[in-house]
Amino acid sequence: MASSKHVDALTGRETTGHEWDGIRELNTPLPKWWLYVFYATIIWSAVYMVVFPAVPWLSGYTRGIWGYSSRADLNQAMANLRAERAVWYDQFAQKSLQEIVQDDRLLQFARAGGEVIFAENCAACHGTGGVGRPGYPVLVDDEWIWGGKLDDVHTTITYGIRNANADSRQSAMPAFGADGVLTPQEIAAVADHVLSLSGAGPANAEGARIYAENCNVCHGDVGEGIADVGAPALNNQIWLFGGGRDALIAQITRPRQGVMPAWTGRLDDVQIKQVAVYVHTVLGGGQ
Amino acid sequence: MRHEILEKNVILLSICILITVSIGGLVQLVPLFAMEQTIEKVDGVRPYSPLELAGRNIYVREGCYTCHSQQVRPFRDEVERYGHYSLAAESMYDHPFQWGSKRSGPDLARVGGKYSNEWHAAHLTNPRSVVPESIMPPYGFLARRDLNYADIADHLRTLRIVGVPYTDEQIAQAGADVATQAQAEPTDDTDALLARYPKAVVGDFDGDPERVTEMDALVAYLQMLGTLVDFTSYKPELDYR
Repeated sequence: MASSKHVDALTGRETTGHEWDGIRELNTPLPKWWLYVFYATIIWSAVYMVVFPAVPWLSGYTRGIWGYSSRADLNQAMANLRAERAVWYDQFAQKSLQEIVQDDRLLQFARAGGEVIFAENCAACHGTGGVGRPGYPVLVDDEWIWGGKLDDVHTTITYGIRNANADSRQSAMPAFGADGVLTPQEIAAVADHVLSLSGAGPANAEGARIYAENCNVCHGDVGEGIADVGAPALNNQIWLFGGGRDALIAQITRPRQGVMPAWTGRLDDVQIKQVAVYVHTVLGGGQ
Repeated sequence: MRHEILEKNVILLSICILITVSIGGLVQLVPLFAMEQTIEKVDGVRPYSPLELAGRNIYVREGCYTCHSQQVRPFRDEVERYGHYSLAAESMYDHPFQWGSKRSGPDLARVGGKYSNEWHAAHLTNPRSVVPESIMPPYGFLARRDLNYADIADHLRTLRIVGVPYTDEQIAQAGADVATQAQAEPTDDTDALLARYPKAVVGDFDGDPERVTEMDALVAYLQMLGTLVDFTSYKPELDYR
C-alpha cells in the first residue's frame, strides 16, 4: 500500500493508491458537472429546510422562516376569488330569482356560471345540456314533474327528491301489483286506459273505472298530472321509465321512484340560484 | 487515505453502517410513533361499517384507485370542483389508504351523496349509459355476484389489530349489520346500526332487494365517501398542513 501518488505505467493515469495483491485501481474522478450539481442539491436542501416546514420531530415539526401553510395559501386564494366575484355574488345573495332574471347582466352571469355548474354536477344524470335519459327527466322540454316555475326548480335543486334531506320532495307511488292492490288483469286494463289518455291506444272502460278509483288523486282526472305531489302527466308522449304497454304495466306493478340528491351544502346559495336560472331560462322552464 | 482505516476494520465499518442506516430509519419512524399528534382530531370520522368495508375491499380488489384518486388537494380549482379539501383524519382508518396518484376518472373523495344509488348501479353496470364520453370499464358482474361476507367479522378484528377502534359489539354484530344496512326498508335493527355507525347510508343499493350483492357493498361505500365530517361546523387548524 503506497500513499504517494502512483502512475499506472500502461495507461499513464494516476491510480487510487491502493494495492491489493499487486492489483491497482485507476483513479477516475466524478465528472465535474455532476459533482457541482450534487453540491448544489445539498445546499438547496439546507436552504429548503430553513425556509419551509421540513424536519419532523416528536411534538411537531420545524415551521420554516417563511411560515408557509398550504391551508393558509388556499384561504388566501379563495378570499381573492370571493373578492373577484363579490360584485356579482352580493347582488345574487340579496336579490330574488325574479329580480335576477329581469336584470340582463345578472341573467348573463347566472347562465354562464349555471352552465359550468350543470356540466359538473347535473349532466351525469340529466345528460349534457339537460337532454335527459331513461329514468332521468329531460330538462329541455316544457314538462315538469315537480313544477317548472323558477321557484319550483330552485326548490327541487336545493333539497332534491326522495333523499335523506328532511326538506326533500317526497312522494311514493304505491306498488299496485307487488302489494296486491290490483290484479294483473286490472293493471293491464289501467295501462290501456293510460295509453288512451295520450291517444296511443283505444279507450278501455274497465281501465277508466279503476283509474278513477286509484290513480286520479295524484295524476288527475284526465292524466294532466299534479306537480304538488310529483305525479307526472300521463296525457302526453313523455315517459320517464318508458312508454310502451309493458313498461307501464311494470311501473304500475312495482314502481321505480326517481331520486335526486339535495344540493344545498354541496353548492352554495348563489350557485344554486345560478343553476336554477340556467335550467329555467336556457333549458326550458314553465311559467 | 483515512478511508483505508474503515475498509480494513470490519467491526468499525459495521458500526458506522449501523449508525448511518439508523439515522435514515429514525427520521421516518419517530414521527409515526407520535401519530397522536400528527393527525388532526376531527369530529364525525368513524371506522367503516361492515357493508362499507366490504365495498371498500371490492374497490381495492378491482383496482379503482388506479384511475380514481380520493384526495381533494388544497388548491382553488380542486376545492371549487370537488368540495372541501381532504383531511388526514378522513383516511385515518384506511388500511391501506386510497389517495391514489392518477385521475383518469374524477376524484372520489367527496362523491358520497352526489348521485343516487340507482345512478351508481347504472353507471357501474354500463358507464356509457349515463356518461357517454366515459372510458371506464363496465362492472355489471358486481350486481350478479352475491357478497361473500361470512368472514366480515375477521376483517374488523384484523383492522383492530392495526389500530382501528372497532368494539367487541361491532365485531359481534358485523355479519348482521351487513344485512341490515342493505335492507330496502329500515328494520328494527337499523337504529342500532346507525348508533354504531352514525351517518351510514341504509338502503337497497343495487335495485335487487332480495340479495346482498357486491354492487350493494360497493355503492354503500361510494355513498359514504367524504360525508362523515360536517364542514359547516368544522374549524380547520391552520397549523396543520
